[in-house]
Amino acid sequence: MLKFFFTVIRRDVLLAARRRGDWLTAQFFFVMVVSMFPLGVGPEPTMLRTIGPGVVWVAALLASLLSLDRLFADDYRDGTLEQMLLSPYPTSLLTLGKAIAHWIINGIPLLVIAPVLGIQFNLPNEALWMLVLSLAIGTPILSLLGSIGAALTLGLRGGGVLVTLLILPLYVPALIFGAGAVEGILSGTGSEAQLSLLGAFLMMSLLLAPWVSAMALRVSVE
Amino acid sequence: MNLYYYASPSTFYPLAGKLIPLFSALAFILAVVGLYISFFVAPTDFQQGEGYRIIFIHVPAAWMSMFIYVVMAFWSAIGLAWNTRLSFIMARALAPTGAMFTFVALWTGAFWGKPMWGAWWVWDARLTSELILFFLYVGVMALQAAIDDPRRSDRAGALLNLVGVINVPIIYFSVKWWNTLHQGSSVSLTRAPSMAHIMLWAMLVMALAAWMYAIAVALVRARSLVLERERQTDWVRALLEGKP
Amino acid sequence: MIWESWDAFWKMGGYGLYVWGSFGMTLICIAGEIWLVRRHRLQTWQRLKRMKEWEPK
Repeated sequence: MLKFFFTVIRRDVLLAARRRGDWLTAQFFFVMVVSMFPLGVGPEPTMLRTIGPGVVWVAALLASLLSLDRLFADDYRDGTLEQMLLSPYPTSLLTLGKAIAHWIINGIPLLVIAPVLGIQFNLPNEALWMLVLSLAIGTPILSLLGSIGAALTLGLRGGGVLVTLLILPLYVPALIFGAGAVEGILSGTGSEAQLSLLGAFLMMSLLLAPWVSAMALRVSVE
Repeated sequence: MNLYYYASPSTFYPLAGKLIPLFSALAFILAVVGLYISFFVAPTDFQQGEGYRIIFIHVPAAWMSMFIYVVMAFWSAIGLAWNTRLSFIMARALAPTGAMFTFVALWTGAFWGKPMWGAWWVWDARLTSELILFFLYVGVMALQAAIDDPRRSDRAGALLNLVGVINVPIIYFSVKWWNTLHQGSSVSLTRAPSMAHIMLWAMLVMALAAWMYAIAVALVRARSLVLERERQTDWVRALLEGKP
Repeated sequence: MIWESWDAFWKMGGYGLYVWGSFGMTLICIAGEIWLVRRHRLQTWQRLKRMKEWEPK
């Protein structure tokens, strides 16, 4: 069973490594969206510092959504997904593996890029660390909840935009707690509460999301 | 009483046809009574003047928007658990009405906020949660509309509805918490100063009227959906001979 | 009666725009929804009826 789980993750990561172009698109999207904001609102350092955490977090939500519609779609098109659903292992294991692979492919690079973008927004050092930490706890939530949306819209025309519509409202708590944690550092009120709430939301998503998205996958494929 | 008997579309259709006029009449009477209390019995508020009368529509609309989402989730859960077609139809029939009440709550919130806060939109915890609830309704309806196969459409919408209903309390909590962090002072819509009993009564009557209205409209919509889905059956074919 | 005249009633103590803007929009929404569901029902009925008539006997 564990072998199946790790095979799913390894396979997706390998496939993504083979198609580096697609993968790079999502990362550059993240960088560009964040860099557009100072051009839009002006280069004033104190204002950039106030909006910085929120901007980086919102861009992270969008970047994770951008890569979502291919989470199951490629396997669905070539028939692999049906074979996987026929396997004796629980489907929730498959969806959990897929979500974790999505996080490794798209979430971890964000953690590496985010501090660089934070510097653009004039964030102090502790805030940069907190940004990485909050993204480290928060981005798995995005992949997990996103897998539900990807499973629900599997094979639909215009699925990519539809996923955004379905999933963005569900991301709201992650956005509030994540960006709030960084803001807590900036304003000096501390961010333990935000981090623990973010952690609680991660635990809940980890427990429920793979199971729901397995159900959604069965609905979509049958 | 056999529940499966009423769960069958062929019994539901004529039954709903009889219930719709009843609920419509109830909604109408309650609305007239509620409006009368709102405008002619409830006294002027000494702080907010006559402007506070908006809450007689705002608060019931906000209640209904949340309540309908939960009722939809209830039907969705039943549909997924027992595979009853009629529950999915009820969930689907309620969605547009819920979205409508959410929109009304937002609109009246803005019209209440302008004279009280001096701005059409304030990121108040309640208004913000209501906005996200509106997005959740839009999401469910967009998903249902995007899928042509009714079976898949029903189930996918129901699953999203259930995920949403688990998330609504978390969203509400997070927004409220975000709101208290960023601004301490704001007048809450529902914390109307010295809420007199008569005001509460007016809101309750209006909420009941909205409830009856929602049932009536949802039943009409459900009937159309039943006709559509059951068009191959003998009873619908016989029915089509008559008048709508 | 708490209103001195109909004029006072419509003015709502200076809040007329806001109060009537709210109640008016609600009325429009409800009337619009009723119109939509009735139209939906009639259209469904007519479409199904046409489909039935065109079927080969």
